[in-house]
Amino acid sequence: MAKRDLPEINAGSMADIAFLLLIFFLVTTTMDVDSGISKKLSEKPPPDYDPPKIKEKNIFEVNINRNNELLVEGERMELRNLKEAAIKFIDNGGGLGNSSEDGTPGKPCDYCKGEKSPTSSDHPSKAVISVQSDRLTEYGTYVVVQDELLKAYTELRNRLSKERYGMLYTELEEQYKDNRKNEELKKKVEDIRNAYPQIISDAEPTSAN
Amino acid sequence: MSKFKKKKKGVPAVNTSALPDIVFMLLFFFMVTTTMRETELKIDSPRLPSATEIKKLEHKSLVSTIYVGKAKDTKYGTGYNRIQLNDKIATADDVPAFILRAREDVAEKEIPYMTTSIKADRESNVGTLTDIRLKLRDVNALKLSLSTTKANE
Repeated sequence: MAKRDLPEINAGSMADIAFLLLIFFLVTTTMDVDSGISKKLSEKPPPDYDPPKIKEKNIFEVNINRNNELLVEGERMELRNLKEAAIKFIDNGGGLGNSSEDGTPGKPCDYCKGEKSPTSSDHPSKAVISVQSDRLTEYGTYVVVQDELLKAYTELRNRLSKERYGMLYTELEEQYKDNRKNEELKKKVEDIRNAYPQIISDAEPTSAN
Repeated sequence: MSKFKKKKKGVPAVNTSALPDIVFMLLFFFMVTTTMRETELKIDSPRLPSATEIKKLEHKSLVSTIYVGKAKDTKYGTGYNRIQLNDKIATADDVPAFILRAREDVAEKEIPYMTTSIKADRESNVGTLTDIRLKLRDVNALKLSLSTTKANE
C-alpha cells in the first residue's frame, strides 16, 4: 500500500494573520491615564445644620465672575498674582492655631514666614480659601484658579518640607507612594500635610439671571 | 570537476520562520495592555483644561466617568453643557441613578474609594459642574476628580 503522507500545512500566511490582529489591537489600544485635580466634596449637611462661625479674617475670598475675571478679597486681581496672594494669606500666621481636642489652647504658627498681620489669617490650619464662581463662569477658568491655589499650598509645603526633612514635599510624597508601608515616611508626609492643610471650599455659585 | 563546482551565487534567503513568533509576542503584549473604550462619545471629545497640580487616578475599576461638553447631535443644541452618562445624553438628575448603578459592580467595602471623574470641556459652565456636584453629594459620592491634562510649567 502506498504510504499516504499528510501534506504539510502552509504556515506562510500565519504572520499575515498575526499582523492583522496586531494592527487591530494597536489601533484600539488606549494607554492614557486619567489624571486630574482631586477634590473631596463635603457631606450633605443635615437640615438644621448651623455652619461654624469663621472669622472674616480667616477667609480668603476668591470670586470669579461670568466674564472670567477675578475678585480677590474685594479687589480685582490678575490670575498670575493669585498664587502670591494666597501664599501671603495662608502663611500669615497672625494668631493661634486650632485648640487641640483636650482643650489646650492652640499654638502660634512657628513655621510661618508671613507678615503676622492681625488682619489676615491666624494660622494655616484655620485659613479657609473660599472660591465662589458664577454659574456662567467658564470651567477652564475655574480649574485654573483651583490649580493656582493648589500651587500655593504645594509651594508652602515644599518649603517647610525642605526645612524639616531636607527634601521637597513632592519628592517625599513620591517616595511614600512607592513605599506605602514605610511608617517614617508616612509620619513625615502627614506632618507636612497637617502643617498646611488644604482647605478650599466651593461656595454655592451665584445664579444671577 | 563536478566536485569543485562553483557555489551558486546570490544572497541566501533570510529565514523568516521566527517572524510569526515575534509578531505574536507583540500581539499578546497589546492584547493584555489594551482597554477597550467602553462608551462611545456622544459629545465632542472634551478639550480638557490643563493644570499642574494633578494626581493620577488609580484603580480604574473604581472610577466612573461623566462627560460634559457639546453634543455631537445638534438636536441637543450647541452649548457646551450637555452631560453624557454611559452612552447617552442625560441631565444632572440622572447622575444619582448612574452612580448607584456603578456601585452595584464593586464590592461593598470598596464603595468609599469610588471616584467620579468629570471630563468637562473647558468652555462648559461652572453651573453644570455645580449641578453634578450637588447630585453627587446627595448619593454620598464624595470623591471627585476634575480631569485635566498635564500642563508644562
